[in-house]
Amino acid sequence: MSEAIAIAGLRKAYGPATALDGLNLTVASGEVHGFLGPNGSGKTTTIRILLGLLRADAGSAEVLGCDPWSQATELHRRLAYVPGDVSLWPNFTGGEIIDLLGRLRGGTRPRSGTKPRSGTKPRSGTKPRSGTKPRSGVDTERRASLIERFELDPTVRARAYSKGNRQKVALIAALASDVELLLLDEPTSGLDPLMEAVFRSCIEEERQRGRTVLLSSHILSEVEALCDRVTIIRKGKTVETGSLADLRHLTRTSVNAELDRPAPGIAGLPGVHDLVIAGDRVRCEVDTDKLTGFLRELTAAGVRSLTSQPPTLEELFLRHYTSEDGVPAPVSA
Amino acid sequence: MTSLTGTWSLTRLAFRRDRIMLVVWVYAFTAFVAATVYGFRKLYPAPAGRAEFAATAGHNAAFLSLYGPLYGDSLGSLTAWRDSAIAAFLAGLMSAFIVVRHTRADEESGRLELVGAAVVSRSSPLACALIVALTANLAIAVTMTLAAVGFGLPLAGSIALAAGIAGSGAVFAAVAAVTAQLAQSARPARGIAIGVIGVAFVLRAVGDSASASGPRWLSWLSPIGWAVGDRAFGGIRWWVLLLPLAATIVVAAGAAVLAARRDYDAGLLTQRPGRATAAAALRSPIALAWRLQRGTSFAWIAGALVYGLVIGSSAKGIGGLLGSMQVRRVVTRLGGQSVLTNAYLAALLSFTAVVAAGYTVSTVLRLRSEETGGYADSVLSTGASRIGWSSAHLAIAAAGTVVIMAMTGLGAGLGYAAHGGAGREIGKLVVAGLVYVPAALVIGGFAAALFGLVPRSSAAASWTVLGLVAALLLLGPTLQLSHWVLDASPFTQVPRLPGGNVSALPLVVLAVIAAVLAGAGLAGLRRRDIGSAGG
Repeated sequence: MSEAIAIAGLRKAYGPATALDGLNLTVASGEVHGFLGPNGSGKTTTIRILLGLLRADAGSAEVLGCDPWSQATELHRRLAYVPGDVSLWPNFTGGEIIDLLGRLRGGTRPRSGTKPRSGTKPRSGTKPRSGTKPRSGVDTERRASLIERFELDPTVRARAYSKGNRQKVALIAALASDVELLLLDEPTSGLDPLMEAVFRSCIEEERQRGRTVLLSSHILSEVEALCDRVTIIRKGKTVETGSLADLRHLTRTSVNAELDRPAPGIAGLPGVHDLVIAGDRVRCEVDTDKLTGFLRELTAAGVRSLTSQPPTLEELFLRHYTSEDGVPAPVSA
Repeated sequence: MTSLTGTWSLTRLAFRRDRIMLVVWVYAFTAFVAATVYGFRKLYPAPAGRAEFAATAGHNAAFLSLYGPLYGDSLGSLTAWRDSAIAAFLAGLMSAFIVVRHTRADEESGRLELVGAAVVSRSSPLACALIVALTANLAIAVTMTLAAVGFGLPLAGSIALAAGIAGSGAVFAAVAAVTAQLAQSARPARGIAIGVIGVAFVLRAVGDSASASGPRWLSWLSPIGWAVGDRAFGGIRWWVLLLPLAATIVVAAGAAVLAARRDYDAGLLTQRPGRATAAAALRSPIALAWRLQRGTSFAWIAGALVYGLVIGSSAKGIGGLLGSMQVRRVVTRLGGQSVLTNAYLAALLSFTAVVAAGYTVSTVLRLRSEETGGYADSVLSTGASRIGWSSAHLAIAAAGTVVIMAMTGLGAGLGYAAHGGAGREIGKLVVAGLVYVPAALVIGGFAAALFGLVPRSSAAASWTVLGLVAALLLLGPTLQLSHWVLDASPFTQVPRLPGGNVSALPLVVLAVIAAVLAGAGLAGLRRRDIGSAGG
C-alpha cells in the first residue's frame, strides 16, 4: 500500500452551502503532506470526513486502505487526530486527557490485508521502542519526554489552560500514540515560536519513523519547512498539488536589474510578466521555468546590477486566493 | 477606594445581556407568590379551615424544617410561611448567578480583559455586578408586593414579605461577590456561593424545627432565617430587615477590599494541582461518561434521599391536614388513616418521578452538549465507536434514574418509620418509587431518539415534552381533561403505590417503549454527521 490517503471527487454540502466541491487529495505512505487553504476552504470538513465524523455526499475516500465511514473504529486505532479548536473537559487535568485519549484509542494492530498477523511492527522504518505498552495505547516514556519538551504542566485542569496549552495536550496525546497516520488540523495556531520549533522537530522525527502526516495549515513557512508534498485547496476544490519543487516551478521570480543598454527584446519573451522598463532599469516577474531565456537576454544587454527574489509558496498561495474574479487557476499535471 | 469610572456603561451592557434572564426571574418570583395566595384562598376559603390547617401544620416537624414556623392563621400568614424560606433561597441563587456571571465568569473568558483595557476602573466590574443583582432583587420585591396586594393581602405585610426575600437575595449577592474574588474560575465561585446558601438554609431548618430548649438561635445566623423571622403577617418585626441590610454592606465592602488587592485573573484560593496521570480505571467510554456525570448524579441522589426523608416525615400526620372532620371520618371508615397517608405519598412520589425524569433527560442530553462542545470529536476519533460512546451515557442516565427513585422511596420509608410509621413500609416505599422508573425512561428514551434523529431540536423538544408531562400530571385532574389526553403521559400508566395494585404489564410496555426509542436514537446516530454543522 503506497497511499495512506486517497480522496477522489469528494463532495459535501451543509444545506445550501457547499463545503467540498469535487476535492482530490492523495497522500503517500510515509510522507508529510501539507494541506493548504484559507479559512473556510474545506480543510476541516475534509479531515472530519477522513475521520468518519462526517459522511461525504459523493466521491470516494480511503484512509490506510479502510473506508473511514464504515470501518471507523478499526481505522481510528491506527491514526491520531489533533483538532484545530481543541476542546478539553474543563475538570480534567491535561495528564488525564492524554492518558484517556491514548487508552480509548486502544493498541495498534497490524495492518489488515497486506501483512500477516505477526508480532512485527507495521512499518519497517519504525524503530522499536522500549516502554511501549501496546494494550494501553500510551507510550509512557515518550509521553514523559513530550511533556518535558512542550513544557506542559500535566497537573493543571483544562479550564485553566490557554489555547496554546490545550493544543499541546492534544499534540502530546497524538504524538505519544503508536499510530501510522497523524491528522493535524492547524496544530500550531496557538503555539508560540519556541513551541512551534519543538513541534517542527517532533514532526521531523515522525517522518524519520516513517509515519504519515497530513498537516493542514495556513502558515506557509511551516509547510515549506516540513512538508514533502503540498495540496492547495480553494472553495472545496483542489487547485494545486505536488512536491515543493514542482510548485516552485510554477511560481515566478521577481527580478530587478540595471542594464548597460536597453533590452527591448525582453518584452516579447514568453513567461515575462508585469514588465516595467524605465530607461536602463528593468523590473518584472518571470516564470521560474523561463528564467534561462530571460537571463540570456539580460546578459546580452550587459548587467550592471541584479537583484532577484526567490519564489515562495506564499506567492503561489496569494496568486490563488487574490483572484476572486474566478480566473481559472493553473493546475499542474 | 478607587473611582468607579465606566461602571455606568458596564452596567448598561450587563442589563442588556441579562434582559431576558432578569424578566424570567422576576416573572417566576411574582408568579410563585401569586400562585401561593391564590392556592390557599381556593383551598381554605373560610377562616375555620385555615385555623384547623394552621393548628396541625404549624407543629409538623417536616414542615417546620422545610418552611419555618407559622405565625398566625390569616391568608397572609400561610402565604408567608409557604413562600418566605423557599423564595429567599431562590433569590440567593439568582443573585449568586448574576454576580458570578458578571465578575469571575467574564474574567475567566477573557471578556473583562477587553473591558479592563478600556476606560474602566478596577472596581467597576464588581460594582456593576452588584448593581445588577441588587436591582433584580428590588424588582422582585416590588412585583411580589404588587402581586400580594393584588390578591388582597395587607400592604405592610406584603412589603415585609417581599423585603425579607429580596434582603436574602442581596446578602447572597454580596457573598457571591466575595466567592468570585476567592475562586480562580466561575464554577467553584458559583459552587462555593451555592454552598453558603445551602448552609444558610440548613441552619434555618435546624433552628426552626428545634425544640424550645434546642438551638433555635441557629436561625438567626441565616439570611434565609431573617426572611422568615420578620413575621410578615404575624406581628411584623421591621427591625429584622436591618440585618440583611447591614450584612450586605459589610460583606460587599469585604469583596471590594479583596478585589482591590488581587491581580487580574488571580484568585485567593488557587486551584490544587490535579493528577498528572489518569486513574487506571479511566479507560473506557463508560468510565469517561461516569466521570463526567458523577457529580451531578451524586447531587441528585443526595437530594432525592433528603426529599424522601422530608415527605416521609410529613406523611404521618397528614390526615389532620386534609379537609374537615367529616371528610376524615369518611376516609377513615373506608380504609383507615393509612389510605390518606398512602394517597399523599403516592401523589408526592409521582411528582418526584417527573422531577427525576428531568435528571434522565439532562443526562441523555449531555451527549448533545458533548457533541456541540467538540468533546465528542476527540472521543470518536479514537477506538471508541459512536454506539459505545452514546450508550455509555444512556446507561448512566438509566442507572441514575433507578437509584434516584429508589433513594426517594428509601428516604420516605425511613422518614415515615422515624416518625412512628411501620418499618415494613420501607420496602414498600422503595418499590413505590421504582415503579416510576420505566415512565421516566420513556422520556429519556424520547430525548435519545431526538438526539439521534433530529439533534438540533433535541434539547428544546425534550424539555418541552417533559414540561407537558409535568403539566398533565399537575393540572390534568383539575382541568378534567379527557382520558385520551391524560393517557398520552407515561406517568398516567404507572400504578399508584403505595396502596394500589401492582400490575407488571404497563411497566413492561413502558420499558419496551423506552428501549425502542433509545434504539431508534442509536440507529439515527450511526447514520448522521457528528458535530455542529459548519466548517
